[in-house]
Amino acid sequence: MAGDLGPGRWSADDTSPGEIEAALRGLLKERFAEHETFAPARVLNLVVVADSDWKGEIQNRLDRVGRHHASRTILCAVESGRTTLDAHAEINVEDETRSGEMVAGTEQVTIACGERHLPGLDTIVDPLVVTDLATLIWAPHGHSEGLDALMSLAQIVLVDSVNEPDPAEAVRRAQELSQRAYVVDLAWLRSTPWRERVAASFDPPLWRDELRRISSVTVRHQPDSATAAVLFFGWLAARLDWQVESLAGQDGSRYGTARGKRQEVTLRMSPDPEMSAPGLAGVTVETASGMSLSLDRGPGGLSAKRRLADGRESAFTVMGASRGEAGILGEGIRQALLRDHTYAPSLEAAASMLA
Amino acid sequence: MAATQEEQENPLAEGLERLPVHPTTLVIFGATGDLSKRKLLPAIYNLAHEGALPERFNMIGSSRSEMSDGEFRDMARDSIRQFSRREPDETVLEALVCHMRYMPGRFDDDTVYERLSTSAADFDSEAGQPFNRVFYLSTAPSFFPVIVGKLGEHGLDSSDDAEVRVVIEKPIGTNLEEAEQLNRDVLAVLDESQVFRIDHYLGKETVQNMLAFRFANGLFEPIWNRNFIDNVQITAAEDIGVGTRAGYYDTSGALRDLVQNHMLQLLANVCMEPPVHFSADEVRDEKVKVLKAVPTPSPEDSVHAQYAKGVSGGDEVKGYLEEQDVPGDSTTETFVALRLKVDNWRWAGVPFYLRTGKRLARKVTEIAVTLKPVPHLAFEQEGSVGVQPNTLVLTLQPNEGVSLSLGAKIPGTRMRIRPVNMEFLYGTSFMSQSPEAYERLIMDAMRGDATLFTRNDEVEAQWRICDPVLEAWAEQDGQLPSYPAGTDGPGEANELMPEGKTWRAI
Repeated sequence: MAGDLGPGRWSADDTSPGEIEAALRGLLKERFAEHETFAPARVLNLVVVADSDWKGEIQNRLDRVGRHHASRTILCAVESGRTTLDAHAEINVEDETRSGEMVAGTEQVTIACGERHLPGLDTIVDPLVVTDLATLIWAPHGHSEGLDALMSLAQIVLVDSVNEPDPAEAVRRAQELSQRAYVVDLAWLRSTPWRERVAASFDPPLWRDELRRISSVTVRHQPDSATAAVLFFGWLAARLDWQVESLAGQDGSRYGTARGKRQEVTLRMSPDPEMSAPGLAGVTVETASGMSLSLDRGPGGLSAKRRLADGRESAFTVMGASRGEAGILGEGIRQALLRDHTYAPSLEAAASMLA
Repeated sequence: MAATQEEQENPLAEGLERLPVHPTTLVIFGATGDLSKRKLLPAIYNLAHEGALPERFNMIGSSRSEMSDGEFRDMARDSIRQFSRREPDETVLEALVCHMRYMPGRFDDDTVYERLSTSAADFDSEAGQPFNRVFYLSTAPSFFPVIVGKLGEHGLDSSDDAEVRVVIEKPIGTNLEEAEQLNRDVLAVLDESQVFRIDHYLGKETVQNMLAFRFANGLFEPIWNRNFIDNVQITAAEDIGVGTRAGYYDTSGALRDLVQNHMLQLLANVCMEPPVHFSADEVRDEKVKVLKAVPTPSPEDSVHAQYAKGVSGGDEVKGYLEEQDVPGDSTTETFVALRLKVDNWRWAGVPFYLRTGKRLARKVTEIAVTLKPVPHLAFEQEGSVGVQPNTLVLTLQPNEGVSLSLGAKIPGTRMRIRPVNMEFLYGTSFMSQSPEAYERLIMDAMRGDATLFTRNDEVEAQWRICDPVLEAWAEQDGQLPSYPAGTDGPGEANELMPEGKTWRAI
C-alpha cells in the first residue's frame, strides 16, 4: 500500500525496491515542477544499516552533520522478525535560498527490513543508489551480514574502531575491510588535530631533526578509545619508520617499545577516566636531547606545553574548535571522497603492536 | 652528503590535509578600518576555528586611532561576531583575541616601528624560536610606500632565521605610472618573493575552479583555440548601485574597480597556456604572457556609461549622479564594455568582449565561450530557431557551474533542431561551504605560496591595457552615455559587436 504524504514525501508498506525507485523518480519530478532552479545534489550515496530501535538516533546524528552530508541516504532499519519491506522517501531542499539561486535537494529513503533481508540487502539497495556516484556504507550496530552483502556496491566503508571493545579485533576488522574497500575510520579522524599539531610542532627546520631523537610518547585517551591511541602510535611508527613490538597491558594501560633509527622509543598509553567524549585526551612526546611537547584538551583548542633542550619552557594554546561527534561524522562523510594513504600503514603498525 | 635541516622533509606532514604553517606574527596596518573589521578579522577567526592557524600565532593591529589593547580586542570580538561566516565559538574567540595586541600611531612614526620590532622580538624570545612575520597593508594606497620604507629603515624587512612577507591590498596605482612607481618603491626594500599583492578575486573557489576546469579535463582543451572558438564574452554584472562606496567609487570607476584587476585575471585564466607545474611563478608567467599579447585597445574598442534612474527589482532607483556623495557633474563610468584581442598563436583573430557595470539587470559573473558554427547544415531550418553555435558558459556567480548549449531534435515527425542546455552546478556536487577568499589568501601569505597573488609585471601588464582606454576617455568631449538602471547597459555597447552578433542577455 503506497501513500502520498504531500510535496516531496512518499511512503508505502509491503513495498519493493522497484516501487521505491519509481517513487523517487516521481518525487524528483514534483520538485522540478515546484522550483524552477531545483537541482538534485549528486555527491555521494550513503547506505546505513542500523537497528530499527536506534534509527531515530542515527537519523539525528545524520541531521546534525552540517553541510557535509550525502546527497542520497538510504537507511535500512533492521527490525527483528520483520518479513516485509516498508519504505519512506523524501526529497529535502534548503530552506534559505534567494530568488534565482539554485535549490539543491537531497534524497532520504528509510527502509524497514528484517534480519532475513540482510544476506540479500544488496539486491534491495542496488536499484536505489545513484549510478556513477560513490557509495559509502555504514553499519553502526554491527549487522556484519548486511555489511558484507553491500560490499559489492560500495567503494567506501565508514567504521568507528572505538565501538569495538577489543582493540585487536577492531584493528583486525578494519584491516579486513581495507582489503575490499576504502575505509574511513572515525577513530582515525578524531586523532587528526593531534596528528596535525605534532607534525606542526616538529616542522620548523630548527626542530625537525628532533623527530629522529624521539625517546618516548605517552598518549592519554578516553577509557573506551584505546584503539584511537594505538592508531596514533601506529601513525608515528609508520611515518618515522619505527620497528614496533607488542604492547603489554596493566590496569587498562598499555606500554611497550619501538625501535627508531637512532634509539629505542618508549610507548605508553593510559585511560583518562575524566574524559567522556571518545578519542584522545592528551599526548606527550619527549626527545633524547631533552625537548618535550605536551598537548592536552583545553578551552578554545589544545593546551600546549613545550620544553626546549636548554630547559626553557613555554605554554600556549593551539587554537581550534571542537568538532563534536556530529562534526566527526560529517568529516567522515566528507573524507569518503578523499584518500588518506597514511591510514593503512598506521593500521598495519597498530596491528603489530596488538599482536 | 647528509641533507641539511632545510632539505629534510617532515615525514609527519605527509597525508595531512592541513600542512603545517610556520609560527607567525601577523601585523595589520589599518587594523581598525572597514576591510579589517569586515574581512580580515573574521577570516583570521575562521582559520583559528578550523585549527588552520600556525600553532603559535600573534597578531598586532596598528592604525592611527588611539585605543588600548583591551579596546582593540573588544572591537575585534564585535567585528568577528558581526561578520564571521559562522557563529563564533566563544572559547576559540577568547583564545584568539588573547593573542592580539594594538599599537596606535601614524604610519610614518618611527616609534611605531620601534615598538613593533620590540614586540616581535619578544614573541620570538618567549617561544624560543623565530616567528615568520607577515605585514598586511590594509591602508590607503598612499601609505604603501611609506610603510614599506619604514619597515626597511627599521630592519623589519628581513630576518636571519625566518621569512618576512608583505601583503598589499589593491589598488596598485590608479594608472601605469603610479603602479610602476609603487613597484619601484616596494622593490627598493623588498624582494619580489616577499611581496603578496592581493586581488581577492583570485582567492575565490570559483576562479580557482576555472583552472581545474581547463587543465583537469581533456574534453575541452583540444577545441580551446582560434580554430574552434568564435568569440568569448566575459561579464561581471551587478544589480546594485554604488551604495555606501560612492566616495571611493567616484575616484575609481568601473574600469579601475573591476576590469584592470578582476576581469583581466579572468581573461588570463581563460587564455593562458597550461603551466608545467602549478607553482606560483609558472602560473603567473603564463598569465603575464597572455596580458602582454593583448594589443592596446583603440578608442573604438571601448564604451563607458553611467546609470540613470530606472527600475531595479520592481523599485524605482536613483541614477548615479543622484546618489549620495556623488558629485553632480561626475563623469565616472559605472559601466564599461571592451573589445580586446589576444595576439598569439592560440587566440589570433578571436574577439574577447568584456563588460561590467552597476545597476544592471541582475547579478551575474560569467564567461561565455561561443564555438564556431558547424561547417555544413544538413538540417532544415524552417519552423525552429535552427542550429545555433554551441556555447560553453562558465558561471562564477551566483550559481557556479558550467553549461553547454547543444543542438537537439525537436520531438515530432520533422527533423527540426533547437538548442538545449546541458548543465552542471558545482553546488550539487560539493555540499561543503567554501571558505571566504580572504581566509585562503591570508593562509597562503603565511605559507609563502604566491600563486593566487599578483606579481609586479602582471599588474603593470594590466595597466598597459587599461591606461590607453582611460587616456582616450579623458580626451573625449560631450556627454557620457547613460543607461536606465535595471537594464543590460547602454545601447552603445552593441556597436562593439560585428553585424549579426549580440551581447548575451544579462
